[in-house]
Amino acid sequence: MSNPSASAPQTPAIVLEDVHKWYGRVHVLRGLSLSVAAGERIVICGPSGSGKSTMIRCINRLEHHEKGRILVEGTEISDEPRALALIRREVGMVFQSFNLFPHLSVLDNCTLAPIRVRGLARADAEARAMEYLTRVRIPEQARKYPPQLSGGQQQRVAIARALCMQPKIMLFDEPTSALDPEMVREVLDVMIELAESGMTMLCVTHEMGFARRVADRILFMDQGEIVESGAPAEIFDRPRSERLRNFLNQILHQT
Amino acid sequence: MAVHPLYRIARRLISPLVTLVLALILADIAWHFFSWAVLHAVWRLPENAAQAPDTDPCRAAIGHGACWAVVREKFRFILFGFYPYDAQWRPALAVLCFVALFGLSIAPRFWRPSLILLWIAVLAAVGVLMWGGVFGLSFVAADQWGGLPITLILATFGLAAAFPLAILVALARRAEGLPVIRMLAIAYVELIRGVPLISLLFMASVMLPLFLPTGWDIDKLLRAQLAFVLFAGAYLAEVVRAGLSALPLGQYEAAAALGLSYWQKTRLIVLPQALRHVIPMLVNTFIGFFKDTSLVLIIGIFDLMTTGRTATLEPAWQGFGNEVYLLLAAIYFAFCFTMAQISRTLERRLAAPHRDIEEPA
Repeated sequence: MSNPSASAPQTPAIVLEDVHKWYGRVHVLRGLSLSVAAGERIVICGPSGSGKSTMIRCINRLEHHEKGRILVEGTEISDEPRALALIRREVGMVFQSFNLFPHLSVLDNCTLAPIRVRGLARADAEARAMEYLTRVRIPEQARKYPPQLSGGQQQRVAIARALCMQPKIMLFDEPTSALDPEMVREVLDVMIELAESGMTMLCVTHEMGFARRVADRILFMDQGEIVESGAPAEIFDRPRSERLRNFLNQILHQT
Repeated sequence: MAVHPLYRIARRLISPLVTLVLALILADIAWHFFSWAVLHAVWRLPENAAQAPDTDPCRAAIGHGACWAVVREKFRFILFGFYPYDAQWRPALAVLCFVALFGLSIAPRFWRPSLILLWIAVLAAVGVLMWGGVFGLSFVAADQWGGLPITLILATFGLAAAFPLAILVALARRAEGLPVIRMLAIAYVELIRGVPLISLLFMASVMLPLFLPTGWDIDKLLRAQLAFVLFAGAYLAEVVRAGLSALPLGQYEAAAALGLSYWQKTRLIVLPQALRHVIPMLVNTFIGFFKDTSLVLIIGIFDLMTTGRTATLEPAWQGFGNEVYLLLAAIYFAFCFTMAQISRTLERRLAAPHRDIEEPA
């Protein structure tokens, strides 16, 4: 950071400084600034097209921002290979559509990156994979292939796969939006447990119950800006802006 | 809606009627063929005064009986062309090497990295057998080679080289960050696809030597081989590209998010899935390419098709082309059908597992 203050106890996990992004001529991120402390759990909500997913995809460089700086664990992200490798090692991601590798067994999905990227021995990687598969409560599916599992099971495998890299930060991009309603619970339970273990988390989600329960802070985004941010109680019970009030009305009426 | 009863009866009758008529037509054709190929066929010929086969019995049978004697008499020439007669065990062994190599390669338990070494070893052995010049084998120049080994060499070396080339070209065509490489790949594919194979072969045999420094002479077969690799590479590249495009973007993103490098991502995630999608199209291209090797006759290389045609040019054997072509068709069919079978086996074996039928909770 440009102004290193001696009082800061540790480097923030993630810092965004005036981040902008355009898709062609569409200005999708309009000057986002944010600092996420280690262990902080952040839920990002907002209407579709508000830039929520784009923002977290910029944090692990699946999207490129065009202006501003993003720092992960104090390292500015860029296409510089070492910085990129560091970010990809330290930041795990869970996608809306799971994106498991269908040609590899559940176990191989979980061991691939630890072996190839972290350089773990196969036996160690498998032990670690079984540990995380147990944590997400599907160790018995380890030998199956992703297409043989239900959506909820696949998403839990995807969480285990990301955790096997032992990242410091986890990004969730609408992890329950593609699930049948009866499977949302099992995935949220795993995420709640993860939150309680002290993982730094950024979740894009519409699950307001989850947000209220685990979030330290909720960001409300609209049209590429962070409109409001605050503790769940402030956001839900004392929304300041018109846009947030409209959004909350819509969400609450839906459910 | 009420259906007229006559219509229903007609419908019930039509299908068996069509079947019956077709069966009769097929039976008639089969009978004629059997009568020609077996009942009235001439299998061996007496020798005339000059100790050459006397083809009169065959001439007498033309029209109603096959002359398989021509195959008996000429099969060594058809299979091995002008390769020295006494050394023809060498191309024969080379052909067996190829067949054994293909046979091993389709068994999944041999799918391991050392299989590549086996391929290199066998292809080297084929070269030694055909050329000779070492281990006490007499040297045989490539312009004396002919027949089935030529076809197998062109097809096997051609595909073994064209396939990796095709993968690289297909990857290059999708390399957004490398515009020059991407343009080169596009130019290569479009240029080669826009030109008939025959003209490529002509260029390889006539024009290529003009560009080479004086004193350099690349063997004609090698030049034809190069033309084939370039040709097949362009077509296969498009097939591979189709497979790459069919892969959901999420697969690339998930691999990137886990920190895999470009080549790890390509080798472990992208290609295994992309190639699996396009096995039928790949094999289709392989089969077409195998048969296209017969076009080398245009630059005077004696592949299987050409030796077969040449065998019946001799005055004594003129008019017995049908029998020879049937033999050639059988050989080509055996190889192409085997490839088709391999394709089906691969598809079945590599099919992605699907969700089981829901078990009752």
